[in-house]
Amino acid sequence: MGRTLIIAEHDGLNLNAATAKTLTAALAIDQPVDIAVLAADADVVAQAAASLKGVETVFRVERPENEHPLAAMLAPQIADLAAGYSHIFMPSTTYGKDVLPRVAALLEAPQVSDVMDVIDAHTFRRPIYAGNILTTVKAPTDCPVVATIRPASFAEAEASGNATIEAWQSDQTLPTHTRFEQLHSAQSDRPDLQSAKRVVSGGRGVGSAENFDVIFRIAERLDAAVGASRAAVDAGYVSNELQVGQTGKIVAPSLYLCFGISGAIQHLTGIKDANLIVAVNKDPEAPIFEVADIGLVGDLFEVIPELEAALSE
Amino acid sequence: MKILVPIKRAIDYNIKPRVNRNGDGVVTEGVKMSINPFDRIALEEAIQLRERGEAEEVIAVSIGVASTEQQLRNALAMGADRAVLLTTEQAVQPPLAARALLAIRAELDADLVLMGKQAIDDDANQTGQMLAGLWDRPQATFTSRLEVQSGWLNATREVDAGLETIAVELPAVVTADLRLNEPRLIKMPDIMKAKRKPLDERPLEALNLSMPAQLEVLSYETPPARQGGYRVESVGELVDELKQRGVI
Repeated sequence: MGRTLIIAEHDGLNLNAATAKTLTAALAIDQPVDIAVLAADADVVAQAAASLKGVETVFRVERPENEHPLAAMLAPQIADLAAGYSHIFMPSTTYGKDVLPRVAALLEAPQVSDVMDVIDAHTFRRPIYAGNILTTVKAPTDCPVVATIRPASFAEAEASGNATIEAWQSDQTLPTHTRFEQLHSAQSDRPDLQSAKRVVSGGRGVGSAENFDVIFRIAERLDAAVGASRAAVDAGYVSNELQVGQTGKIVAPSLYLCFGISGAIQHLTGIKDANLIVAVNKDPEAPIFEVADIGLVGDLFEVIPELEAALSE
Repeated sequence: MKILVPIKRAIDYNIKPRVNRNGDGVVTEGVKMSINPFDRIALEEAIQLRERGEAEEVIAVSIGVASTEQQLRNALAMGADRAVLLTTEQAVQPPLAARALLAIRAELDADLVLMGKQAIDDDANQTGQMLAGLWDRPQATFTSRLEVQSGWLNATREVDAGLETIAVELPAVVTADLRLNEPRLIKMPDIMKAKRKPLDERPLEALNLSMPAQLEVLSYETPPARQGGYRVESVGELVDELKQRGVI
């Protein structure tokens, strides 16, 4: 019988929701699932991982080198951990995309990227050509199945579990050729874009970085994450980590509310898993209206204050 | 420094790809093929490094059908000094591509492999990382800013959490993200000059690689299109709709 190992994604304190989504994909295969937390101090994250329903064992893999997620450090440890596992999964986030192919190379296995459907233990459906085509692939049975899981395609596993937590000693010599320097992130108390239930996005139509304040305001009102189109990011209105789309983040909220976004293909690729797409744009011909569930033709600078007023009633 | 830039031939990004009638392939006949856009960004960066005096030579390499020569000629016209084409009729998946690049990198003794973060056809996003893993050298993926500093590179990476800067020691693999640069346009005289630049073509089999484990592709399909909905006339109507659907 097989066994699945998931490598947890975290920032040292919080377990990223993508891990719980990866677990849901793993549980679609009828075999035990363990999670490994590689960190400098894995305590808090390991406990969060142990609370996910369906996990047997959580491994704490603690080394000072694991403080920052560097593929060159993590991959050899994960390849070691992988012994005895038939399946190695990570979320298809920049973290999983960076680390897991390196692990696959060390395990001499191919990788299935962006799994959106688990058909059986070796067969998976995944998007190609930016989601314009879906393909079904079969991983070989004589080497581990290495796969990244597309978070937008799976719900989070419940947090009602009680897995065992064990320490796992890693005594490998790690390379000195890669160093973490710094992480620059726009601090935000708002929900995380990829796991938020609601997302409010702004596009080129917002007009400037200052004007983007109205998007932040309405997002706060709705307890929503803030997103942006590539055009808005390229114009410098907001930083790149807010970009939604093929080359940014793929989101799957229950409500996607967008203002001043025309609806370039590359943006639509990132939002098509949203339950409800609502678009506000002053151009009645904007392509976004072809995919929006609800459209409102109007000036966002008039619509947003009205919306705020209506919400406070 | 010698830079190797892998180039993949892919359906042009302006063209909407279609599944063939049997559902066992994507239509490429009569379809415009181009350099994978992320590879063009990688090539531009390599050329700029040479123009700034950080590198002496930029070599473009591709693995694919014989007509991939077209894309390599374009790479030469953009500014690569020479090119290598490893010809094969088979579909090349990332594990094989990484092994071929590992071999050709060693042969050419390149210090930096600068490539796109992913190809826009299979969207695998694997080859650079696999190459770095097999080579046991550093990787800087999703790079949007690159600086050379006495044998090391400072790479700023576009990650979900923001912009991360790492330092990697050469030799290394760097994969290019969208905002690294804007690739230059090719001018007519450059196309003429490119015809005289060296292009070394040989069969992939000549590298004597053992075939790595691969995925078996079972089928292709077109996803169901998302249907547009309806329009509301006022904010009041919109709020009522959202409330009714329980999303606010």
